[in-house]
This record gives sequence, C-alpha cells and structure tokens, in this order.
Amino acid sequence: MSTSYLIRNVSVLGGEPTDLHLRDGVVVAVGAVSDPGDGGVETIDATGLVALPGLVDLHTHLREPGREDAETVESGTRAAARGGFTAVHAMANTEPVADTAGVVEQVWRLGREAGHCDVYPVGAVTVGLQGERLAELGAMADSAARVRVFSDDGKCVSDAVLMRRALEYVKAFDGVVAQHAQEPRLTEGAQMNEGELSGKLGLAGWPAVAEEAVIARDCLLAEHVGSRLHVCHVSTAGSVQIVREAKARGVDVTAEACPHHLILTDELAATYDPIYKVNPPLRTRADVEALRAGLADGTIDIVATDHAPHPHEDKDCEWSAAAFGMLGLETALSIVQETMVDPGLLDWAGVAERMSYAPARIGRVADHGRPIEVGAPANVVLYDPSVRRTVDPTESASLSRNTPYRGMELPGRVVATFLRGRPTVLAGALV
Amino acid sequence: MKRHLLSAADLTRDDAELVLSTAAELRSLADRPIKKLPALRGRTVVNLFFEDSTRTRISFEAAAKRLSADVINFSAKGSSLSKGESLKDTALTLEAMGADAVVVRHGASGAPHRLAHSGWVRSSVVNAGDGTHEHPTQALLDAFTMSRHLGQGKTGSLDGRRVAIVGDVLHSRVARSNALLLATLGAEVTLVAPPTLLPVGVDSWPVETSYDLDAVLPKADAVMMLRVQRERMHGGFFPTAREYSRRYGLDGRRMATLQDHTIVMHPGPMVRGMEISAEVADSDRSVIVEQVTNGVAVRMAVLYLLLGGAQPGGEE
Amino acid sequence: MCAQPAPEDTTGRVVLDARDIARALTRISHEILERNKGAGDLVLLGIPSRGVPLAERIAERIAAVEGYDVPTGSLDVTMYRDDLRLKPARALLHTEIPEEGIDGRTVVLVDDVLFSGRTIRAALDALNDLGRPRAVRLAVLVDRGHRELPIRADFVGKNLPTSLVERVKVTLAGIDDVDAVTIHGEAGAPVGEAR
Repeated sequence: MSTSYLIRNVSVLGGEPTDLHLRDGVVVAVGAVSDPGDGGVETIDATGLVALPGLVDLHTHLREPGREDAETVESGTRAAARGGFTAVHAMANTEPVADTAGVVEQVWRLGREAGHCDVYPVGAVTVGLQGERLAELGAMADSAARVRVFSDDGKCVSDAVLMRRALEYVKAFDGVVAQHAQEPRLTEGAQMNEGELSGKLGLAGWPAVAEEAVIARDCLLAEHVGSRLHVCHVSTAGSVQIVREAKARGVDVTAEACPHHLILTDELAATYDPIYKVNPPLRTRADVEALRAGLADGTIDIVATDHAPHPHEDKDCEWSAAAFGMLGLETALSIVQETMVDPGLLDWAGVAERMSYAPARIGRVADHGRPIEVGAPANVVLYDPSVRRTVDPTESASLSRNTPYRGMELPGRVVATFLRGRPTVLAGALV
Repeated sequence: MKRHLLSAADLTRDDAELVLSTAAELRSLADRPIKKLPALRGRTVVNLFFEDSTRTRISFEAAAKRLSADVINFSAKGSSLSKGESLKDTALTLEAMGADAVVVRHGASGAPHRLAHSGWVRSSVVNAGDGTHEHPTQALLDAFTMSRHLGQGKTGSLDGRRVAIVGDVLHSRVARSNALLLATLGAEVTLVAPPTLLPVGVDSWPVETSYDLDAVLPKADAVMMLRVQRERMHGGFFPTAREYSRRYGLDGRRMATLQDHTIVMHPGPMVRGMEISAEVADSDRSVIVEQVTNGVAVRMAVLYLLLGGAQPGGEE
Repeated sequence: MCAQPAPEDTTGRVVLDARDIARALTRISHEILERNKGAGDLVLLGIPSRGVPLAERIAERIAAVEGYDVPTGSLDVTMYRDDLRLKPARALLHTEIPEEGIDGRTVVLVDDVLFSGRTIRAALDALNDLGRPRAVRLAVLVDRGHRELPIRADFVGKNLPTSLVERVKVTLAGIDDVDAVTIHGEAGAPVGEAR
C-alpha cells in the first residue's frame, strides 16, 4: 500500500489550485510539486476539489458500550470518515456511563483498533449522569484516553453548586465542562419547541428559556470562578445573544451549533414523524437565522454534529414514545456548505476554523485541527463542493438510519479523507 | 372530505356542514322501529382504544353498528402495550384483518396522524382523541348540539353565535378541536381559563381569550365547561381546587347571569363541584345528556361520509 | 332524481311543458283515487329531490277532489342504493315519514323519472326498514324505459321511449325555474350523460 499521496490541482481552503504531498503521515509539500522524488507515490487529480484540515467533531454519540444495536465505535467512526472527520469526541452517555477511567479507556482503545478516525472519549461530569456527585474527572484525565472534555450530555448539570465545582475542578488538568443546557423542571415531558405550533399539535413544549437560563447561569459561574465553559448544541436566538454578551465581557466560553439547527425548523413536527425529534428541539426560522449569524461572526465557535444514532424501532412509532436525536456525521459538511458557505456567510477558511481548528483547541487535541502546512500531521479532507446529491439513508455507514435529510438534495461530497497520511476514504468510498 | 379525520382543521366549512346535515338526517333513525341502515354492510370498523373511554367507544360502536358495519373492539391498554412499537404492530394486525376504518384513541398526541401517514395501514383513520391534541368528533357533536339549540335559518347556522369554552384549555383536546371547528362554522369563541391553563401561542388561534369568567358569561350563547383534573393542582397550574372552583367554576349564582336561551355543555366526564355544580349540571339549560345522544348520529355521519362511498384512492 | 344539475343544455327538446305536467298529475291523482277506492289509508312518499314536490302536488289535487289531506312525506334512498360504492359518499337527502306511519297503509312512491328501476328497488328496501305497508304503488311523471329490474309503475304521466344515450331532465318550479320535461343528447345530437 502506498504511503505517499500527491494531490494535484487542489484548492487548499478555497485558494488557488496547487499540489499537496502527503508522506509518512505528514504534509511534506504544499505548492507545485514537479518531482515527488519517490517511487511509491500515488497521484490524485483533485481539480475542482477543496482541501480542508481533517474535521474534528466535539459531539458524537458512538453508543458503544451498551447500545451496539444503534452504533458501534467501528460503524460510527466509519460514518465519521465518510463525513470528512479525522477525530470525534465520543459522548459519555453509554451503558455503562463513561464516568470512570476504565470505560473511557475502553472506548479510546476501540477507536484505535477501528482506525477510521481518532476517538477522544468525553467523560461524564457526574457519576452515572445522575447530577449528584462528581465522577472521577482526574482519573479520566490521567488515563490513557487523556480526557479533557467532560459532559453529562443528554442531561443537564442543573445543580448550580455541582456545576461550579466541576468548572473549578477541571482547571487542574486544563479540562472543559461541556454543558447540555436544559433546565429540567421547565422541560418535564417536553417534546418539541414551545411555541405556536406546540400548542396546536398538543405536544408538550420545550421553551427557549429553559436553555437560555442555564447558559446565562453557567456563563456567570464560569466568570465567577475563572473557568472555561463549553455550551453544547446552542439552539435559540436568545442563547446566541447570551453567549455573545458573555464573550464581550471576557468570559472564557465557547459554543457549538449542530447542523440540523442550522437548517431545519420546528414546522417539521407537524408531520408527527419522530425522525425530526431531537434534543434540544428544532426551533423557529428566526432561531435558525440567529444561529447562522452567530456562527458567521464567531459567537458560535464550532459546528458539532450531535450525531445520535437510534435503532429503527425507536423512531418508527408515535412521536412521544420516540427517542430524541438524529444522525449527523455524514451530512454535516454539506449542511454547512448549504447554510453558510453558499450564502456567503463563511468561506472555506472559516469552515476549517469552525469544524477543525476550534473544536480541536476546545478539546485540547494536539494532532488535529492543524493548518495544512509542511510538517503538520497529514489529516486532510478532499471535498467536492460542486456536486449535488440526494440523501439516501441506506447508504449510510452508520448502523442506524435516522437521518432527517432523507430524500433531501444537498450540495457537496467528501471525496477523500486522510488520517495521518493514510486514506480512510478514497474516491468517495471507505477504504 | 379527506380520507381521514385527524383534526377539526381537516374540515372545510362545506365538509363540516355536510357532516352536520348528514347527522341531522341520521338522528331521526333513533325514532324508527329498525335502527339500522345498510350503508356500511361488509365494511369493518375497528375501535382501537389505547386509553379507557367507555363512552366514546360505545358511541362509535353504536354508530358503526347502526350503519351495518362489522365492529371489532380492540382495547390495547396495558403495560406491555403502552410503549411505542405496539402502535405499529397493532396497526399491522388490523391491516391484516382488513379494517376499512380505524377509530383510534391514544394517549400520545399525533398517534392517529402517525397511523394514517406512516404507511402501516391503508384504512381511513378517525381520531377519537389523541393526547392533548384533538378530538374532532366531540367538536362535531358539540357543534351539532349547538346548532339544534342556537342555529339560525334552515341550515342551523352558528354564524356570530358566542361560545365560551371554560377551563383547562392547555390539556384539552376537546377545546382545541372546538376552537378550530367553531371558528370554521362562523361562531365567536372565547376561551376562559387562568393564564397557566392557556397554551403558549393561543393568540394565534382564531379565538378570543379571557381570564374573567364573570365578564364573559352574560354575552355567551353557549357555555362549555371543560373537565379540570385535580392532579393539575400538583403541577402548580392553580393553588387549590377551591380557588379554581371559585374563579372558574359554573355554579347557580353564575348561571343566573346567563341569557335565557344560553345552553350549558360539558364533554364529560364531569367533576361535579369542581368546574360545574350539580345544580347547573342538572338544570334545564344543561344539554349534557343530549350531547351523548347526538354523539351517535354525528359519528354515524362521519363513518358514512368516510366509508359509505367509493374509497377516494390516494386522495389525502 | 337529477341530484347534480347538469350543465345547461340549450339543445334540449321539450316533451312536456307546464300545462302537460299539470294535466298528467291531475290524471295520476284521479287514477290513484280510483285504484285505491278513495283517499283513506293512503300515504304519499316522494323520492327526493323532485319526487317530493310531485307528491305534494298530487296530495293537493286529491285534497281538492276528496276534501281530505293525504299524509305526505319524503323517503331518501341514498343508503340503500346499489351503486353507493361507485362514487364518493353522497349527501343524504331528507326523509320524513308522516306521523301516521306506513304500517297497514297503501304507500304510493312518487318519483320524477322511472329508468333502470334501481332507485325504486332501493326505495322498497328502505320502506321495509320503516314498517309494513298494506300495499306499495309507484307513480312517476315519466317512464323512459330501459328497465334493469322487474319493476313497473302503476301510474305514469307519460311513457317516453328514449335511447340509452339520451338524458331526460325534469325541472319543477319551486326547485327549478319552470315546470318542464326535456330530452337531451338525442341520437345524432352530441352525446349527453346517460342517466
């Protein structure tokens, strides 16, 4: 197998076409290459393709251990590679919960064995996600998995004291608490965005204030104790504004938006088809616009997928009985192109920042999220933004099929993904 | 008419008036020696009830039987069937039995919609109450009852008639369907409830709202009292049953402020002493028992119009 | 029963005008009285929509002759039709049975046009669910032939031989503008909807 790839005529971050040479896991040349100077080189004609640094997802549910019927580390990382990701952060809400060094090391090891992309386990903030006492954050940080991101995602660390302690405690190893902001009492039984439509459909509402109140509190807490805070899946215009104001005050807060919140709205709940059921819920058109604006101006630092696989039976039922969540890894880049790049809100350098550099910085991942330059690890995506494709769930590498984009036409296609110079996807197919 | 009856919003004014005029013809059946018509001979109607509601089920059962349909009652309530997957499995079973219509009562809002549009069954679906969403045949029978008492002209038009719907609008599928249907029929609806029991976004509904029952009653032509479950008290929607009853209950004193022709309605089951006093429930103004009678005629009309003719293949 | 008003066909040929219809109804009224030996125990049931005003007109004539109001009502046969499943569900028409009921009485069914006989078959089934008349008779304004069932009229305003492609249209003041029976889409002329 070739260990050297010469990528001809590629547009690095949307710039002028040039050549890119990957060898022995690193970028060895950027610019016109006349003689690669080694025999085993494989040349790829990348005319019309954009080269981006390998994408980094800060928010992925790989479901293993516990729900291997929905996804495994193997299948989830294959989906990630197909989506152009070279690193994913695996959320802690597995069974058992990733709240000990043992579980996070297991997930980390499974990722290494699978080899499709690097897996960085996220550790639970509290034992069993119960929101009662801190998990052994330090042990997870010191483990082979070197956990830096801690989250009870799926549940909110709603207890203010516990949140304060977590924010303070992780400073010892430069960790970050990624908060799933959802005031639990305000969202008991919540099924969809609270608004005109929830009242009409008779579905219990998930009010924007339940997210915004927690984000506001956590920003104040982070400011008070001088810690860094990451806010998961920001979904409302109000949340964007709260984060913007906190950043302006100098609070060390970062925020993520999910692709589905950048494109889909709560109107879809009127179908009562739980393929559109997600937490936090799809919001209004105005929220979508505010998220796009926030992502464009940097208030929202990153796009994270919240890739949440569910087996068919958990979605093929009535809305209120269905599971929350939707697939995201294989469509994220296309959605960002559709909602941000094509309308001119973000250029490819901006995409690299939001989907690679910034998530790697937040997760303290050293070998990912590096600019494509000589000497950098050869984590590279080749993306064709000129094609359009119709989403077919059966083509997914995920074990699950719960994509809300079924039948939708989206722009762009990942042609190749390189993880440390080794292709995980080539010619649009998994290697 | 569409192929399914899932929401009162599915009915145009013409549709609704067709149901009501058909129900008016069918109501006379109750006075005939043979209370049976042959229109649905050979059709199978399944009553699929995931929630207990003896009165609604019996009403649909009587309606289907009077139209000569075969009726299968499927009570799916129970712990093993309370989870999601069972709706689909049950639907597939019914499909295999050749059901022409499924009358479904379910605790989850949208379950009938799901049944109708998921491709699990080909039959017509009639919503007999879903979660806190809708109960369109109840609204039709309420409109029918109002039309008989308050209707103007040959068609019993409700144009301009004022209807107060009082109580737990937030959790009431009856209120939702009634608000939509009565607006379609030209009536002026006022929802009366404490602010905690009005849904978010109610200002976009085709209705007025009020927190003050005493101000609304003297102008109303019909007053519909909704059931208020004492459990709502624990949700903090109101402080005590006594306070709720004082502010929003219909008692003899308040009844005295009504116009002479004003009727009092209740979809049942009543919580006497909570939203309605026994004195009011049993008064001459109360048409609560008649609502039950009219329910059979209205449900006959719905089943006939959905199933009596050629199946409108594909039309949704 | 022309339930659905056809697009106005100006080529229609008038076969009965208002005076012809009046004369025919008068004759039918007398024939009913003769056949029944008076008006006692008679009940007239019109089949909606145009059978109903015809029944009322016959009742008026009988009242004028006999000085006795014959109980008159309407009988909707929609739910008993054998072609119910062939079209979308139809609106029901009004059924009103006189207070006296039909048990033991002579019921005269009244309709505008007798054609295949299927409507009358449905009416006989409907009557069967309402009681047990002593006898059932049939009065029609026009008999246009082409029976598909063993049914015949006892009292006929006019026998009108027609082709199957033709359409016979009855209009009656009260429901329509004028009293008239017209024939449309005659052989050679553009083909109209067969009734």
